[in-house]
Amino acid sequence: MNLPQIMQYGLSGITVGSVYAIVAVGFNIIYNTTGIINFAQGEFLIVGAMTAISLSHVVPLPVAILGAVLITTALGGLIELVFIRRVRDASVLRLIIVTIGLSIVIREAMLHIWDEKPWSLPYFTGTSSTTVSILGAYISVQVLWVLGVSAVIVTALTLFFRYTTTGRAMRACSDDRMAARLCGINDRWMVTLSFMLSAGIGALAGCVISPITQTQYDMGATLAIKGFTVAILGGLGNSMAAVAAGLFLGLLEALVVSQFASAYKEVVAIVVLLLILVFRPSGLFARRATSVRTA
Amino acid sequence: MRMRVASVLCVLAVACGLVLSGCEKSPDASGPGTPAATSPAATKPATDAAPIKVGAIFAVTGPASFLGAPEEKTVKMFVEKLNQAGGVNGHKIELLVRDSGASPEKAISMAKQLIDEEKVLAILGPSTSGETLQIKNICQEAETILLSCAAAEEIVIPMASYVFKTPQKDSQAAQWIFNTMKDLGIKKIGVITSNTGFGKGGKAQLEKMAAENGVEILVNEVYEKEATDLTGVLTKVKGAGVQAVVNWSIEPAQGIVAKNMKQIQLDVPLFQSHGYGNIKYVQASGDAADGTIFPCGRLLVADELPADHPQKAVLTQYKQDYEAKYKEDASTFGGHAYDAILILTEAIKKAGSTDKKAVRDAIENLQGVVGTAGVFNFSPQDHNGLGLDAFEMLTVKGGKFAFYKK
Repeated sequence: MNLPQIMQYGLSGITVGSVYAIVAVGFNIIYNTTGIINFAQGEFLIVGAMTAISLSHVVPLPVAILGAVLITTALGGLIELVFIRRVRDASVLRLIIVTIGLSIVIREAMLHIWDEKPWSLPYFTGTSSTTVSILGAYISVQVLWVLGVSAVIVTALTLFFRYTTTGRAMRACSDDRMAARLCGINDRWMVTLSFMLSAGIGALAGCVISPITQTQYDMGATLAIKGFTVAILGGLGNSMAAVAAGLFLGLLEALVVSQFASAYKEVVAIVVLLLILVFRPSGLFARRATSVRTA
Repeated sequence: MRMRVASVLCVLAVACGLVLSGCEKSPDASGPGTPAATSPAATKPATDAAPIKVGAIFAVTGPASFLGAPEEKTVKMFVEKLNQAGGVNGHKIELLVRDSGASPEKAISMAKQLIDEEKVLAILGPSTSGETLQIKNICQEAETILLSCAAAEEIVIPMASYVFKTPQKDSQAAQWIFNTMKDLGIKKIGVITSNTGFGKGGKAQLEKMAAENGVEILVNEVYEKEATDLTGVLTKVKGAGVQAVVNWSIEPAQGIVAKNMKQIQLDVPLFQSHGYGNIKYVQASGDAADGTIFPCGRLLVADELPADHPQKAVLTQYKQDYEAKYKEDASTFGGHAYDAILILTEAIKKAGSTDKKAVRDAIENLQGVVGTAGVFNFSPQDHNGLGLDAFEMLTVKGGKFAFYKK
């Protein structure tokens, strides 16, 4: 194998990994506040992308994306108010099952609103053939958009959770909800806020990856499973680690494709996940403070 | 407390159920109603005008919905028109459509339900090869006619006496691709296929026929049907120094291949299978789709056919009807369902009865039925009835399908 080819595999891994990463980030926000995994996260992505695709027929692309993010954010809040908040005696397990039910409802609703065909947003810059060349290998400009948007989201989230009062209050709810309430934190609204935030970021992620992956009403589950794997790989709750883990998994899959048949790609991803769960259950890049949780 | 959570979950489950069951009927409320309610027109032999029950299993939703959705719409449109005109031999057709979501397990239970409970005369579909192969024996044992809308060779070879299929065969598609390669002087190719029944079928044909056509397969890779990026596999193909790429799948991946090839500057011709016959894939990959070559029926280029072509009238009529009714482009897949219901009704007419065996025998002897895929000539040895001339090589030019010329 020559250098351009090795580079091309690397860039292919980054392309796939960047999608995994940006999906994984969304999982961490709700986890950071409630300790639950939102299995409807994949559907938030598709709702966002589909809304943007519909809006892009009438308004310019940036406005369409902004509109889609706002609408999906509102939807996230509404879902929390109508469904999650009403579950009394809400154990983590019960809430997770509610999110699974929600994912099915949203998916079927999307089938009726946007039909079964694959759609996609236009490439943000240039066309589908526009690429950047690095050492004889090529990468789509859209991947740079995905990486850039991921970086902005992760930085903003890290700052938000670490330095703002609201962000800290949200984390406090995850650590110990009763104690947080005793400190005067309105825990219910923190949960609502986390759903809104995660839906909004999911929508943005869905829009950015749409030109690469295309968008179909039932794609959410597939995306969410990979995103979930990556979130665990990095250590739940840590967005920066999720991005690193996403790129790691993407590169690993590219390595497998280069050396073996591409049919083995998924096997390797799952084996790595199992190894991580056995030997480093708190994730590849775990920080103790967020990963070791006591029930 | 536990009761309350349980009840919330119950409500949720019921809500899911409602939404799921809603989708079986609601995409098009104008489908055929209950046949008994809408039969003032059926007058002639009014004595024994019991409706003929015809089942249909299509992947209306799910990963193969771009096959199943147009198929369902087409069959509904056909039956509605037929019933308005008085049905076939004075019988109305009662259509029972089931949505399998492309799941072979669902297709099996739906086939059993249609055969055992509804006692249908025939089943149209399923949409995908994997599902069809699963229910092939079930229909054969129950002596119920199956008119599959899927492409794989194994559906009719080895032959089952009650099983027929309307799309062209994989081997014919592969032959057209190899013939075109011969014209272009292509000897070394890369083959990528999806891990579905259709992908496997195509892979097997390409592997079998490559040597005898003087073509060498340098890279032969299978990818996940949910794949959203194929630059990794294509990098391997590029590294092998091929003169052309063949992609064989029915998934949205068909649009992604074209994009990814342009992105990594793999500048060789891209051949796709007859699964590419939906303009959506072209739109999904934008400019990158230009120059893609694939074998296909003539539906997509119906307007360009000469006026004296035997299929011209059928194709333009179907296309106009479909596009006027559903406000979307017709695809070859809907055409396969059109052919299936057409063949069934022609056979019922010819048999003059609704006995399963009589209708089956009639299908086997149908000659010169002009459908959307081609002119069908069935025989006891050929349960597909289409010749090599049912295909045409097409290409993409400026975002539209056109005849391929060297």
